[in-house]
Amino acid sequence: MTRPRADPPAGTAHAIEARGIVKRYGDLLANDHVDLTVARGDIHALLGENGAGKTTLMRVLYGLAVADAGTVAVDGRRVEIRSPRDAIAAGIGMVTQHFSLVGPMSVAENVVLGHTDGFRVDHAAARRRVTEVSERFGVPADPAAIVADLSVGQRQRVEILKALSRDCRVLVLDEPTAVLVPQEVDALFATLDRLRSGGMSVVFISHKLREVMALTDRVTVLRGGRVAGTVATAATDEDALAEMMVGRAALRPARPAGGRAGAPVLIVRGLSAAGRHGLPALREVSFELRAGEIVAVAGVSGNGQTELGEVLSGMRRATAGSARAGDTELADTPPDVVMRAGVGRIPEDRDASVVGEFSVAYNLVLEQLNDFRRGTVLDERRIRARAQELIERFSIKAGPDDRVATLSGGNVQKVLLARVLARDPQVLVVAQPTRGLDVGATQYVRSQLVAQRDRGAGVLLISEDLDEILALADRILVLYEGRVAGEVDGAAADRQRLGLMMAGRAAA
Amino acid sequence: MTFLIDLVAATLRNATPLVYGTVGETYAERAGVLNLGIEGTMYAGAFFGFAAAHASGSLTVGLLTAVAVGLAAGALMAFLSVTVGTNQHVAGIGITLLLVGVSEFSNRLVFGGAGTLPKIESYALLSPFGLRALSQYALTYVAFLAVAPLGWWVLARTSLGLNIRAVGENPEAADAAGIDVARTRYLALMIGGALMAIGGAFFTLAALGSFTLGIIAGRGWVCIALVIFGRWRIGRGVLGALLFAAVYALQLRLRILPGWDAVPFELLLALPYLVVIAALALSGRNVDYPGAYLKPYRRA
Repeated sequence: MTRPRADPPAGTAHAIEARGIVKRYGDLLANDHVDLTVARGDIHALLGENGAGKTTLMRVLYGLAVADAGTVAVDGRRVEIRSPRDAIAAGIGMVTQHFSLVGPMSVAENVVLGHTDGFRVDHAAARRRVTEVSERFGVPADPAAIVADLSVGQRQRVEILKALSRDCRVLVLDEPTAVLVPQEVDALFATLDRLRSGGMSVVFISHKLREVMALTDRVTVLRGGRVAGTVATAATDEDALAEMMVGRAALRPARPAGGRAGAPVLIVRGLSAAGRHGLPALREVSFELRAGEIVAVAGVSGNGQTELGEVLSGMRRATAGSARAGDTELADTPPDVVMRAGVGRIPEDRDASVVGEFSVAYNLVLEQLNDFRRGTVLDERRIRARAQELIERFSIKAGPDDRVATLSGGNVQKVLLARVLARDPQVLVVAQPTRGLDVGATQYVRSQLVAQRDRGAGVLLISEDLDEILALADRILVLYEGRVAGEVDGAAADRQRLGLMMAGRAAA
Repeated sequence: MTFLIDLVAATLRNATPLVYGTVGETYAERAGVLNLGIEGTMYAGAFFGFAAAHASGSLTVGLLTAVAVGLAAGALMAFLSVTVGTNQHVAGIGITLLLVGVSEFSNRLVFGGAGTLPKIESYALLSPFGLRALSQYALTYVAFLAVAPLGWWVLARTSLGLNIRAVGENPEAADAAGIDVARTRYLALMIGGALMAIGGAFFTLAALGSFTLGIIAGRGWVCIALVIFGRWRIGRGVLGALLFAAVYALQLRLRILPGWDAVPFELLLALPYLVVIAALALSGRNVDYPGAYLKPYRRA
C-alpha cells in the first residue's frame, strides 16, 4: 500500500504554492485569482465567511473541482490535479466538512477504500496498516470498529488516518471543528500540533477567529472569492482578522447588558423524557425562565439539550413533569395551542421547519394560514403583502416567490425568525440558532434574540457554541447526563468553568 | 420418505433461478441501483438462451447467449440510471416491458410458424452417489456451490466488492477515495444482469427444454423481495429463496394429496407469495437500505 515517493527537494520550496486560481460556477466567480502559499511544517488558516471561496479553493486543491485557470505546485513541483487521485499522488490529503466515510464499513476498510492493490483485499494487512499509522502519528483508532458506531470526533480521526496512511505531506481540514464539542476540539488541536512537530503542513479552514488565533502560524483571509490578505498569526489579533474577513470593523460588540428580569413566563418542573433509543435522556429538569432575560442551556452534545428543545417544541413526548407557559402546558400539546399561548420556537433542524419546495411567502405564513384566507381560499394578496413586509423588516435576501430550498442557511434562518418573531412571542425557545451560519448572519440572529429579550420576552437559548452563550446569556444552565448540573450567572461565567461543568465535574 | 426426498429435490430445483436472480439483484442494489429490469432480463435470458440453443444445437451457445443478453440488459440499466440519471423505478420497469416485448415478438418471428412447441434436448440431470435428492442440473450445483459463495466472497473480500459496497453506501466518499463511481455501478449492474439472465435460461435450457409465454411468472419480482428479506446479504437471500421454493414445491404436492382437493388450488398457488409477504412483514421492518439506494450520483 505504501508507494515509494521521492523526498521533497531541499531548499525553500513551499509545501503548497497555488497561483491565480480561478473557479467559476455559472455567474458566480467563486475564486477570483486566488494565491495561497503554505510553508512546510506550518498550520495555515484559511479564513472567510460562508461563500468567501474557502471550500471552493480546497476542492480545487483536492481535485473535487477543476480550476478554470491557475497553477498548483507541491514542494516546488508543478502538478496537474484533476481528481482526488491526482491530489493524493501529489501528497495532499483532505478531511472534508461532510466526512467521506462509508458507515457500515470498518475503520480499516474505510482506510484502504480506493487504494487496494490486487483483487483480494487483505483485511489483516489493512488492520495492521491502520494500527501502525495510528501509533506512528499518535491518532488513536480501533481498526476493526464499524464507522457508523463511532462518535463524530472519532470519525474525524478516521478521516485524518485515511489521509496519513496515503503518505500525505499536506493535510487540508475543511471547518473541522464545526461538528465537534469543546473536548473533541482540544483533542483535535493536540493531534494537529503533533503532526506539525513532525513536519506536516496543515491547511485549516475556519470561520472561528478564536481557533485560528489559538492554533495557526499564518492566516490567509478570503473575501468574496479574493484574497483579502495573508498575515502571520502572531502579528495580528481577532479584531484585525474580523475586519479583513467582513470588510468592516467592530463585529463583536460588548455583551449587551440585560435589564431587570420580570415575572416567570416559562416554568419547568421535573421534566423527564426518553431519548432516541428509548433511554432516559432528560431527568427531572426544573428551571424558570423570566420575562426579559436570556437563559442559555449549555452542554456537550448528547446530554439532553436536543431532547429538552424537542419536548418544549412539542416534537417529543415528556415521560414526567411539566413545562408551563402561563396556563398552558407545553409538553405533549398540539403545536397550534402552544403557538396561541405565545410561545415561539426555532428548532435545531432548520430544514425540517420550512418546506423547501414552497415559496418564501408561503413559508412565512405557514404557521397561521387560518389568518390568511378568505372563506376556504388562501388570500394570496395579503400573503404577498405580509411577505414583502417581513422580508424588509428581517433583511431576508430573497423575493417572496423564491423557493426556500434555494436560500442560504442564513436566509432560511431569517425566514424562520421572521415567521416566529412577527407574532411577538412571550416565550422564545431557540436551539442552535446560528449553527452553520456565517459571521454576518450569526451577528444578525444574535442581535434579534437580544432585541426580543429587551422587548420583554423570555428567551431560552439551547446552544453548543460556548462563545454564543457567553455573548448572550443572562443566566446559564449546564446540562450533564440529562440533569441540570449547575447554574452560572452570565456575566460571571468563563469558558474554563463552564467546560468543567459540561464535562461533569462538580459545579463551582 | 419418498415424499420428503422429492420435496427436497424440488426445492433445490425451484430455488435455482431465484438464487441467480437474488445474487444478481443484490449486486445491483449493493451498488445503489434498484434494478426492476430483473423480470425482463430473466425473461430475455430464457428466450434468447433457448433460441440460440435451438438454432445452434448447442446448450453452451445458448447459455453464453443468455449471459450476453444479461450483460447488455445490465449495461442498458446502467446507462439509464447512472449515465442519464433517470428515475430507477421508471428505467427498470421500462427495461422489463421492453425485454418481455422483444422476447415475445422475436418468439413469434422465429417460432411463430411452428405447429408444435419447439423443444431442445435440455441439460441432463447429474446424480452423484445415486441420491435422489441430489439429482439436479449442473446449473443448480453451480448456483449453490459457486454463485452464492463466490458472490459473497467477491462482495466481502475483494476490492471490487469493497468498491461496489462503497458506491452503494456513500458515492461521495467513494469518489473522494478515487473510485470511479459510474464504472463500478456499470460493472455491478452487468454482473447482476448476467446472473439474472442465467436464472431465466435455467427454465428453458434445463428445467423445461422449451420456451412458453409468461415463463418467468413474476419470479424476478420475487427476487426483489428476497433481496430485501435477506437485508442485502447473499446468505440470507439464498435462505429466502429456499424458503419460497420449499413452499412452492409443497403446495404443488398438496394439491394431489387426498383430502386437500377441497381447498381451491388457486389458494394453494398463492401460498408461496403469501409466505414471502409474511416474511417481509416480519423481517423487513427497520431494514437498513444501502445509503445511496435509488440515488443517481452527480459530482457537486
